[in-house]
Amino acid sequence: METIISWIADNIEMVYIVILSIFLGVEVIGRVPSVLHTPLMSGANAIHGVVIIGAIIVMGRVDETNYLALIIGFLAVVLGTLNVVGGFVVTDRMLSMFNKKKGKRS
Amino acid sequence: MTLLAIIYLIGSITFILGLKMLSHPDTAKRGNLIAAAGMTIAIFGTIFLYEEDGVKLQNYGWIFGALILGTVVGTIAARRVKMTAMPEMVSLFNGMGGACAMLISVLEFKHLVDHAPVTESGFYSLTADVSHLHVLIIIAGLVIGSISFSGSMVAWGKLNGSVKDFVYKGQQYINLLLLGLLVVGSAYFIATTPTTDVASGATGISSVHVYFFYAIAALSLLYGVMFVFPIGGADMPVVISLLNSFTGVAAACGGFLYNNQVMLTGGILVGAAGTLLTILMCKAMNRSLLNVLLGAFGGNTAASGATASVGGGTTKEITLNDTAVVMAYASKVMIVPGYGLAVAQAQHVCHELEKMLEERGVEVKYAIHPVAGRMPGHMNVLLAEADVSYEKLLEMEQANDEFTSTDVVLILGANDVVNPAAKTDPASPIYGMPILEVEQSKHVIVNKRSMKPGYAGIENMLFFQPKTSMLFGDAKAVLQKLVAELKEM
Repeated sequence: METIISWIADNIEMVYIVILSIFLGVEVIGRVPSVLHTPLMSGANAIHGVVIIGAIIVMGRVDETNYLALIIGFLAVVLGTLNVVGGFVVTDRMLSMFNKKKGKRS
Repeated sequence: MTLLAIIYLIGSITFILGLKMLSHPDTAKRGNLIAAAGMTIAIFGTIFLYEEDGVKLQNYGWIFGALILGTVVGTIAARRVKMTAMPEMVSLFNGMGGACAMLISVLEFKHLVDHAPVTESGFYSLTADVSHLHVLIIIAGLVIGSISFSGSMVAWGKLNGSVKDFVYKGQQYINLLLLGLLVVGSAYFIATTPTTDVASGATGISSVHVYFFYAIAALSLLYGVMFVFPIGGADMPVVISLLNSFTGVAAACGGFLYNNQVMLTGGILVGAAGTLLTILMCKAMNRSLLNVLLGAFGGNTAASGATASVGGGTTKEITLNDTAVVMAYASKVMIVPGYGLAVAQAQHVCHELEKMLEERGVEVKYAIHPVAGRMPGHMNVLLAEADVSYEKLLEMEQANDEFTSTDVVLILGANDVVNPAAKTDPASPIYGMPILEVEQSKHVIVNKRSMKPGYAGIENMLFFQPKTSMLFGDAKAVLQKLVAELKEM
């Protein structure tokens, strides 16, 4: 219990960020039309690709001779990049289809 | 480090802004680009500016190699994928993110162990200040990332048809047992790491714990597989959305690990938004999340199979020729596209049929159920791809108002979303789910490949109603023939 309390005290700013982000996340997509569910899911999918930053940090402090760790890190960065790049490109493609329609209508 | 902090702040703002803009049709595309730009600067900022205790990152060759490889493969895959295969692509990319989070935890743990002096008894005595909570974050990232990865892979396999629904007796108990093991095992691991070595009195990680760590990883992967296995059909988007928010939380664990605000905000934002999206999707089907997760649809397959033979009346078939005539002389036709249209890639022919009918003065509209296709909104994307005009797509409520004035409803491979049992049969597993009330129209033509029940595995009484005619065959082939027939008329 004491560890938890002191940990929260040490990381109080992070805890604030977490709590505010939860409300923000819910608030931000509160009234999304169902038409946009798939692109939104895909866009959110790309955003959680931010995990790649962790992969880069971990990769960047592996010893140059620790090949097993380097390979695992390499894999992590590749997978993270796939998540980010693939996610954004796929979302863009989906949304382009909606925009094309609008161009014609106007 | 201060410049990097500002870059991370900008990154976080773009994520919030991007997500906000993604939830409005007018701004969605720009929102996506803004979030992508924020991600790019956050990544490059990390590579060049990140330092830990004054030490910069190394292994640039490896990092850039991985970034280039990932970008090339990701772009090609994302560009080549067909619009119909979009849901599995989203699931696949989500799995990659989960795997990334899992590997980060593995490496972080390895980092602790590799840098610790080993005692004679094989004990890794930690020099760094590692708390139980630090271990908790590593384990949380490992478990959530692994479940998200293996679960997404199964979901991907299911959506592209290579993995079948897998239901056996007592599944829920096995899954609960696995989950229990996972929670208790992780809690025990966290409580006992770091521990004190009896022989040397040093604080650190025992060699048993190292094996234990990988056992937890394996168990999490197994749980992800077992958890998604029994969930089928219409529930898949809900699961993908849930796994999506899991990966978000796994990314946020990384944020705690490196005291990194952009990972934290990005991860939690997606975690929260994803959870809400999951709930919204459940609402569209009038099912609770728990219901989806326990796989009530799958569990009821056997029971509904029995009622099918009891309730199964006779169906009436209609020929292509007659269908063409009926539609050509109608004044208003409503098309209800379902997954059958998507798998057959028939959206282009469908648009062609629509144009042919309109030339003859028939009013044609589309009725889109919120969960039509494999994902909410997926059908709109498919039809948009085929140039179907945006105003022709009616949402469920609008469509239901217009069915009474509709002469012919053409159902293309949709099933559960038009099943009247949702309104009339309280015993039905889909009871209460809002449906398209097609039976209000004058004539219903159902195109299906066979009489096989739809995704929910329940018989559709609509098919046996006197108003309904069945038109068997692959959606694309049938539509092509219909277009040909109309041309000759």
